[in-house]
Amino acid sequence: MNPVNYLYLAALLFSIGATGVLIRRNAIVVFMCIELMLNACNLAFVAFSRMHGNLDGQIIAFFTMVVAAAEVVVGLAIIVSLFRSRHSASVDDASLMKL
Amino acid sequence: MENLIALLVAAPLLGAVVLLCGGRRLDRTGHWLGTLFALGSFVVGVVLFMDMLGRDADDRAMHQHLFSWIPVGGFQADVAFQLDQLSMTFVLLITGVGSLIHIYSIGYMEHDERRRRFFGYLNLFLAAMLILVIADNYLLLYVGWEGVGLASYLLIGFWQHKPSAATAAKKAFLVNRVGDMGLSIAIMLMFTTFGTFAFGDVLAATGETSEGKLTAIGLMLLLAACGKSAQVPLQSWLGDAMEGPTPVSALIHAATMVTAGVYLITRSGAIFNGAPDAQLAVVIVGAVTLLFGAIVGCAKDDIKKALAGSTMSQIGYMILAAGLGPIGYAFAIMHLVTHGFFKAGLFLGAGSVMHGMNDEVDMRKYGGLRKYMPVTFATFGLGYLAIIGFPGLSGFWSKDKIIEAAFAYDDGIRGWIFGGVALLGAGITAFYMTRVMLMTFFGEKRWQPDAEGHEPHPHESPKSMTIPMIVLAFGSVFAGGLFSLNESFVHWLEPVTSFEHPHPVISVPAITASTVVVLLIGVAIAWFMYGKRPVPVTAPRGSVLTRAARRDLLQDDFNHVVLVRGGEHLTRSLVYVDHTLVDGVVNGTAAGVGGLSGRLRKLQNGYARSYAVSMLGGTAVLVAATLLMRAV
Repeated sequence: MNPVNYLYLAALLFSIGATGVLIRRNAIVVFMCIELMLNACNLAFVAFSRMHGNLDGQIIAFFTMVVAAAEVVVGLAIIVSLFRSRHSASVDDASLMKL
Repeated sequence: MENLIALLVAAPLLGAVVLLCGGRRLDRTGHWLGTLFALGSFVVGVVLFMDMLGRDADDRAMHQHLFSWIPVGGFQADVAFQLDQLSMTFVLLITGVGSLIHIYSIGYMEHDERRRRFFGYLNLFLAAMLILVIADNYLLLYVGWEGVGLASYLLIGFWQHKPSAATAAKKAFLVNRVGDMGLSIAIMLMFTTFGTFAFGDVLAATGETSEGKLTAIGLMLLLAACGKSAQVPLQSWLGDAMEGPTPVSALIHAATMVTAGVYLITRSGAIFNGAPDAQLAVVIVGAVTLLFGAIVGCAKDDIKKALAGSTMSQIGYMILAAGLGPIGYAFAIMHLVTHGFFKAGLFLGAGSVMHGMNDEVDMRKYGGLRKYMPVTFATFGLGYLAIIGFPGLSGFWSKDKIIEAAFAYDDGIRGWIFGGVALLGAGITAFYMTRVMLMTFFGEKRWQPDAEGHEPHPHESPKSMTIPMIVLAFGSVFAGGLFSLNESFVHWLEPVTSFEHPHPVISVPAITASTVVVLLIGVAIAWFMYGKRPVPVTAPRGSVLTRAARRDLLQDDFNHVVLVRGGEHLTRSLVYVDHTLVDGVVNGTAAGVGGLSGRLRKLQNGYARSYAVSMLGGTAVLVAATLLMRAV
């Protein structure tokens, strides 16, 4: 199968993720969309690794997974505490950083 | 002997400090202390003079180095004194006449409750003037120069409760400041040109300096001299300075202050000798001023202002002589000394008249005073004869020499012009001084009760006032003849100022004869106008020239129109430019930045989504740019 198709798929997934981040209000969904974007990147890395015939991309994909796992831990903790204090998981409610 | 020089300055300076810091406990003795310090300085001067006379003509200059004042690398300023024949002449004049004026002031200021302070200022004046004449470099001279300006400010405005006196003091100070600027620029030019400002080094180096630089320095020195010596165009302060107590006028006009300009030019003779253009400027200033002052003196009814015009005119003679170069320096100084005697005598006489006349200064309200004040009349009369140059008296010897030297300016038309002006000035001098004399001491009594209705009771002044006048009258009579005996004064100054015999365009006896004739004509006209006919108590309207001369030949109007109005317009336009252009740029920038940030802050809305959009957009732009760069 042509590896470029994987890249198309990765771009599609990334776009879906980015759109989700931008237009959804629920923090959990936004979070999931971020994960989607990360995985799109991983897919692209692996596809490139295959295309170039070396393992660099695959190794970076591992790194990304590790970082993503760490990010999930921190991010979920933030979302939970946000929900506890404001009784809402909407990202628009947490808009205090403005003049 | 050299170590005594500092004592000359130290005595009056100490006097000033003691009197001004001593407070009220010195009120009863202050005037005696002040006089004692002035006399002490005079005694030191005489001792040094005797010592100087005992030595050879070329070996007379003395030097005293006190301390290094500002030693910074190549810039060396010392406090050091130099006493040569020129300085010695000034020292004796300043301390001698100054002491007499101190003695006179004891009587004159008897009823003034601030007499102690007055004597403190007088001492300060003497000290500053002495620093000026015995400094051995231009920077220290500048210290004395400014000190004189300060002391004159304090003394002219001594009766500061009168707004006119306060204004006059301010005016004198401000006009002098213009001249001081000239001196400071001259000193800076000297430092850049010669690398030093010690008299000895500067004057010795003038030979190797270009004429242009010497001319620039000379013109700046002339500006300085114009300020202090009240020469056109900086003459306007002198008439108003009459607001000070009369002894102050005597001190300013005879012994200190106005002589400083003549001293400066004579001292800097080597610079002017190398700059004929600057010399010509000096001569022109002198000639213009001598006519200016004489004309103003003719129209004034205030006895002190008439004398002030006369001072301006006589200093004009000195400046003119100093501009003539080696043929004139000695005569300038000689006239300065004789003028010191008779002008001090005249002012003290005027003060004595005012003392007896309830401080009335209008000569139209005097008349017939000779019977009531015989001593004042006699001393004033001798001073009068001396100043108009009556043959045999002091003024004759010194003024005649200046007229001769003016005729010797060159062989051509200029010699005739400057000589003619000097001769004409002598005639006008005779006229206005005769006028003062006739209006004050002769004719009918024209006294009137003053504002409170007190009829004046003219009386002779106390001894403390008449004795200085008598001493000065002796000087007015004999000094000139004594100086001219074997040309002793000229030979005395020759090692410092150098001397050449003038060769006038017409013969010397002819000049002397015409001087006497002009003098008699002046006296005769004055007699015809003020002696034969009664003097009206209210001044007649007079001709255009008279009315202009009463207003000091419109000097203040000129200054008002040109300088005050001009200055106002200049500041107004500068303020306008400041408000519109400078403030416009500053305020415009601020408003622009403010407006822009007001719009930019809207981006900061706190929504994570919108930040994410900008991050995404930024990334997209970066990627697109990278790709584009690759493609190119």
